[in-house]
Amino acid sequence: MTTRRDFIKISTAGTGAAALGLSVLSWNGVGKAFAGKESEPVSDTELKRYPTYCEVCFWKCAGWTYVDKEGNIKKILGNEEDPHCNGRLCPRGTGGVGMYNDEDRLKTPLIREEKDGKQVFREASWEEALEYTAKRLKEVAKEHGPECVALFNHGSGGKYFGTLLKAFGSENIAAPSFAQCRGPRETGWIATFGEAVGSPEPTDIRDTKCLVLIGSHIGENMHNGQVQEMSEAIDRGATIITVDPRLSTAASKSKYWLPIKPATDIALLLAWIHVLIYEERYNKEYVEKYTYGFDLLKEHVKDMTPEWAYGITTIEPSVIRKTAREMADAAPAVIVHPGRHVTWYGDDTQRTRAIAIINALLGSWGSRGGFYLKEKVHLAHQKIPPFPKPNRTWRDAFPGQYGLASLALSSGICDATIPTDDRDCSFKAWIVSGTNLPLTLPNMQHTIDAMSHLDFMVVIDTMPMEVTGYADVVFPECTYLERYDDIRTSPHREPYIALRMPAVEPKYNTKPAWWIAKQLAEKLGLGEYFPYDDITEQLDWQLKQVGSSLEEMQRIGVKKFDRQDGALYFKKGEELEFNTPSGKIELWSNEMAAENFDPIPVYTPHPEPEEGFYRLIYGRAPMHTFSRTANNHNLWDLKKENAVWVNPKVAKLWDFNNGDLVWLKNQDGVVSSFPIKVRITERIRWDSVYMVHGFGHSKKSLSRAYGHGANDSELITKVMIDPVMGGTGMRGNFVTFLQEDPGKEVEA
Amino acid sequence: MRYAMAIDTKKCVGCGDCVVACQTENNVPHGYCRDWIVENVTGTYPNVEIELRSERCNHCDNSPCVRCCPTGASHIVEGGIVMVTPEECIGCGACIQSCPYDARYSHPEGYVDKCTFCKHRVDNGQLPACVEVCPTKCLYFGDLDDPNSDVSKALQNRKWKVLAPEAGTKPQLYFLT
Repeated sequence: MTTRRDFIKISTAGTGAAALGLSVLSWNGVGKAFAGKESEPVSDTELKRYPTYCEVCFWKCAGWTYVDKEGNIKKILGNEEDPHCNGRLCPRGTGGVGMYNDEDRLKTPLIREEKDGKQVFREASWEEALEYTAKRLKEVAKEHGPECVALFNHGSGGKYFGTLLKAFGSENIAAPSFAQCRGPRETGWIATFGEAVGSPEPTDIRDTKCLVLIGSHIGENMHNGQVQEMSEAIDRGATIITVDPRLSTAASKSKYWLPIKPATDIALLLAWIHVLIYEERYNKEYVEKYTYGFDLLKEHVKDMTPEWAYGITTIEPSVIRKTAREMADAAPAVIVHPGRHVTWYGDDTQRTRAIAIINALLGSWGSRGGFYLKEKVHLAHQKIPPFPKPNRTWRDAFPGQYGLASLALSSGICDATIPTDDRDCSFKAWIVSGTNLPLTLPNMQHTIDAMSHLDFMVVIDTMPMEVTGYADVVFPECTYLERYDDIRTSPHREPYIALRMPAVEPKYNTKPAWWIAKQLAEKLGLGEYFPYDDITEQLDWQLKQVGSSLEEMQRIGVKKFDRQDGALYFKKGEELEFNTPSGKIELWSNEMAAENFDPIPVYTPHPEPEEGFYRLIYGRAPMHTFSRTANNHNLWDLKKENAVWVNPKVAKLWDFNNGDLVWLKNQDGVVSSFPIKVRITERIRWDSVYMVHGFGHSKKSLSRAYGHGANDSELITKVMIDPVMGGTGMRGNFVTFLQEDPGKEVEA
Repeated sequence: MRYAMAIDTKKCVGCGDCVVACQTENNVPHGYCRDWIVENVTGTYPNVEIELRSERCNHCDNSPCVRCCPTGASHIVEGGIVMVTPEECIGCGACIQSCPYDARYSHPEGYVDKCTFCKHRVDNGQLPACVEVCPTKCLYFGDLDDPNSDVSKALQNRKWKVLAPEAGTKPQLYFLT
């Protein structure tokens, strides 16, 4: 195909990636390294501190940025008043300073241009880059309508571009955190309980007696508050049950590890439901009072015995029974965790529904030690004109499909950017804020194809991520340590607010997202949607509406409010109405039935790897956030690359030694751009391999991350779409090993 | 007074926060570290166990590094903390060879360095940076001579082990198992 849009390397005045030696994390005690210099550490009291909340992941822990007299950021510590972190940031938050110090950062606006027949970026002033962007967006709107512009966002800056896009006349605002991550969970939860789980998840791990994790690897995902509460649960002797084909860190700390055959979780969940119902161990009072469809559920799971599930899951019937009884004994102080990244096999909404149903049977939703009733502060917004009504949305590209998707699909917008004969108008322009789409969406080549069809693309980021190479304009955003953002209002046991303020001036020629969006709005004649000269005016106004002020928040960083919505848990026997068609917790879902989906989850077998291929399972490492931290020097020190985990039996077949370099080839013949080291470990099954997501960067301007490890996103070419809400199931890909360099060319 | 640290291997998730916090607190240059994580896997799938340990200098009572130091740069201060005075260190590396825990390293500026239990913080009544940051609270620090210190209490109720006891160094890192 023709590629109008050449990938452009953003070159940096290179330091050449020179750090020494091995990773700090060693296996079996070998190969660690290094010391530090004795330059006197600075006492905390000599430093000035500024409040912030972390932007290295979505957990958004509040903390303090410590700055010395010369204006150097020395360290970042957690805010003790904040329930997200309780004064203790995770390694990424502690190492967040590496984002600020990264010499590979985007430094000035860039505009794509043609020079001597080659496409290159040239540096531009903000004025020129903004003017040019506004002009191009106006052209797209004039020719195709403003609805053909879409926004992809992740993180705090996205809100401002969301306002801009709505003012411009488009509602196509997507975050990969929905269709590539937690969307099925939210959809399954809404169908069952009438509300989404949300973030942070209102899991009452603090007071639980039994925590059940289905593929959720708390501890490798550093969802800080949950990691802390799980650690307390271990201290208290709470029962932890982990279902995972891999011995995750959480599995290693569990009383029961169920090493399930991949892709069979629904069978296990149905067998658990069978045991709870047919051994009459469910919470009868709760089920009778609050749920809908129990008899249909009972009939549905009649034959789904632990013996039935054994043949599917390889989990012994006695273990299935014993673990179901453990849950029942702990109920209602039990959590069957809804998970977070749940887009696995394309029937993910159904699997999450099954998890929701078990929680309903145990009466854990709204109970101490189960799920608490979260609450948040609602901040007022200054009056702005109403947004224009768009003539069409992303949904029009998928008539009759994904009716239960509560948010826009990033993958759907990506698909609908490649023109087809039957579609009136495909997407023509993308605004991408803080998300590295080629490494975030599955099937990297497909994403690249979509971008090549765009008339215009603008990327806002702090780093020269892969996605910037496809942009027409790149806006360099300053890091979270250099800017104000909206007040954090995420819900918790009590309502809290947290302030992010700059600890230092923006480095280089970088700007905060609010400023970029506001400038663009003004150039598009939409300035009235940003009714302030400086964001601090808006923040101060908002804070004053709730009895605080910017001055107060600059001093304390985090503020707690009293609950307004009543108790933290349901009261015994309380009359409740749930936001579902029946007004009850729906074990049998009316919503799913109305859309012609199974109203009660059904187990369906999934394809298995052929001889010589292994299921590709991917996950998280605690010191990295997806692909966005791979170049952060502090975190790179901890983990520079991923490895492919291989069971010793498999290693023997292939004659592997630890540390051997291999290339991975998937079922569609796609080969990894870079080799990856073999890690031989008993922690993984013999029918699967595992790797941490987010490595294998192909952009040389990420001088540390470039070429380290392999990128799972390019190997995930088979995507199993969840018909309920459009989620992209990504765990149905199989890989084999190439021991010789396939000589693949890498665009850099 | 006898400072010591207990590390709860049942709670440690190996996240490496202790390593980053130490780097920023102590100005440890990139590529170097004073503490690190060890993951030990035993057994055969599916009967597998993991032990995760946050490791650092053991601040041994019977310190081979101090005994072999030709200049006295390596020395023991009050509370049993093993320290290095960079100005007195000639970078000969004898201490690196003698340490059974591989806790010492040659700094590019020509001296040997390692964990100080964040003496500068402890002297101020604060905890070492690694202890204060740990999200799982799996690190306990304090005075073993004080039965009410965090470390004493942690050791009272749990089984523990030390590393390389056969080396006879009397190490002061205790791993709760």
